[in-house]
Amino acid sequence: MSILFFKIVLAFYLAGTFAYLSYLIKQRPIISTVATAMLCSGFLFHTVSITLRYMEAGYTPITNLYEAPSFLAWAIIGIYLIMQFRYKITVFGSFVSPIASILILVSSAFSKEIGPLPPILKSFWLPIHVVLAFFGDAIFALAFCAGIMYLIQEHQIKSKKIGSFYYRLPSLKVLDDINHYCLTIGFPLLTLGMITGSIWARHAWGSFWSWDAKEIWSLLTWILYAALLHGRINIGWRGRRAAVFAIVGFFAVMFSFLGVNTMLSGLHTYDR
Amino acid sequence: MHIVVVGLNHKTAPVELREKLAFPSDTIEEPLRRVTSIPQVSEGLILSTCNRVEVLAVVRDVGEGIEEIRNFLSSHHRVPMSRLDASLYSYDSYDAIKHIFQVASSLDSMVIGEPQILGQLKEAYSLASKHKTSGVILHKFLHKAFLVGKKVRTETRIASAAVSISYAAIELAKKIFATLENKVVMLVGAGEMSELAARHLLNHGVRDILIANRTYSRAERLAKEFDGRPIVFEDLTLFLDQVDIVITSTGSLHYTIRYNDVRRALKIRKYKPLFFIDIAVPRDVEPRINDIENVYLYDIDDLRGVVDANIKEREEEAKKAENIIEREILQFERWLESLNAVPTIISLRERFEEIRKKEVEKTISSMNGGPKIDKEVLDALTSSIINKILHNPVTRLKGRENTRKESYYIDAIRDLFDLEE
Repeated sequence: MSILFFKIVLAFYLAGTFAYLSYLIKQRPIISTVATAMLCSGFLFHTVSITLRYMEAGYTPITNLYEAPSFLAWAIIGIYLIMQFRYKITVFGSFVSPIASILILVSSAFSKEIGPLPPILKSFWLPIHVVLAFFGDAIFALAFCAGIMYLIQEHQIKSKKIGSFYYRLPSLKVLDDINHYCLTIGFPLLTLGMITGSIWARHAWGSFWSWDAKEIWSLLTWILYAALLHGRINIGWRGRRAAVFAIVGFFAVMFSFLGVNTMLSGLHTYDR
Repeated sequence: MHIVVVGLNHKTAPVELREKLAFPSDTIEEPLRRVTSIPQVSEGLILSTCNRVEVLAVVRDVGEGIEEIRNFLSSHHRVPMSRLDASLYSYDSYDAIKHIFQVASSLDSMVIGEPQILGQLKEAYSLASKHKTSGVILHKFLHKAFLVGKKVRTETRIASAAVSISYAAIELAKKIFATLENKVVMLVGAGEMSELAARHLLNHGVRDILIANRTYSRAERLAKEFDGRPIVFEDLTLFLDQVDIVITSTGSLHYTIRYNDVRRALKIRKYKPLFFIDIAVPRDVEPRINDIENVYLYDIDDLRGVVDANIKEREEEAKKAENIIEREILQFERWLESLNAVPTIISLRERFEEIRKKEVEKTISSMNGGPKIDKEVLDALTSSIINKILHNPVTRLKGRENTRKESYYIDAIRDLFDLEE
């Protein structure tokens, strides 16, 4: 059942992405309405799909490479929709929805079978640790999109080559504010995710920190965002520099999220 | 019945000729009457602005109608046709509808998207309707045009990008700061354009204006005018950490604001963005400062570039507007065609015949077992009643002498008897 819903979700997200991209070009209000409707429907089916999967599997469905990207996409779309309804920046969707679509496509490339949960993951820490980390990652994904938009808009204004993006994208101030908000919410979530992870590791593996590949990459990611937060608050980093940090930071996030599990091996690799 | 437009505009005629053909609105009654007294013309309207003079009319015959209106323009203004001929354009039917929709949407304006033309068209219509030279067709047509104009304005961004230098600067500032509220502006030097920009900025809610001028008393005077603060010209770079937007327009031959001044100020202001608008020639601000992070510098040529890009953007949007217009023309043409007398008479007869047949059937079937009724007699009776009733309206509809009244009747009959368009 959850697989069927998953396919519907994929269809809605792809259609939504298509609509958001054509909105970026055509700028017709009706297209943005359609795009939002697609994404909202996709999100509802996604919620149902994840709930069903939870009931079928008996544990929070975030343990393998089919479940995890899908869950991250769900979190990204959920937070994005809240933002769109609050701040009314529809073009943002043209940057966010492709990311969610790619994640869902990644997800669909992996086996959807529900295997027995490795004994080590049978813990109440699983949902706490992973959900915190994923919501942090989702917010960093939004900061990444805002960063890309910032760089485009800044280039247009700085180089004085006014193109169609100049009219379509929001102001530099708004984009920089999004970067700031995302950082102040995402960073604590990431930190909490890592703290809960290390407490769990103490119970499961016997030590708080064991230099596993995922741990190292997460630490690197954490240091990047910590540097940005420090720079923002104490030195006055903003604008272009903050945007670049958010983009680089998100690549680190994606690598510790997907790359580590597919390319490296370590304690966090469960589904091989 | 055909809609025609005869006139000239800023693209076809120089201002000297447009002036000659203009109709002042306070004396428009007489020319309006002259237009509608042309035998071919049943309804008329005159649109006269500084960029265009157009006569919009409903005529019986396109060729003759246009010829008469051209002659009217020439004779009324005493301009020989030989001088007018090259500048006058005329459109009929589809092209005339399209033209007026384009005018209403400001696609035909000198500055695409300028907002006044719709108001001018409304004014022209209200004058025609006040002097009773417009009828049901122009009424419906103009209201459609107003609607199209509005639709184009809301559904495209044809009027959104600034096409003047000072507004382009404001828009840029908004793309950097999102809002101008609580921003502080520094005005260096004086001049018409910089003062205009300062005034626009004040209207957009900037909090404070600092004014530097080589002549301190001049700064004081401007400060009073803008409700700002005068500062000593030699100290102006010391204030760069407190302001967000700097407008410079001194007559100085050297840079007034240098790279290092800005760098220093930026560190103190924790890299908060700084926007320089340099409208002086030669320039006041060292161009290199545009390379500093979070500093944006636009000189007069850059701003002109933005205006050019904005005009292009409006032209892009105009293409979308054409699609909207195309759809609306189709709709309006359908209505206009329905105003032909012959199809109206046919559908009117059909409607009556339909009712008559139904009632005859009903009567016969309800008389089951009663006195025998001859269907032929019943048919003959009912048909002759209908013919008697329809005789007068149909003659009126076919009437050839007064087209304005005729279209009123057709429109009314279509409405009263619910005949499909």
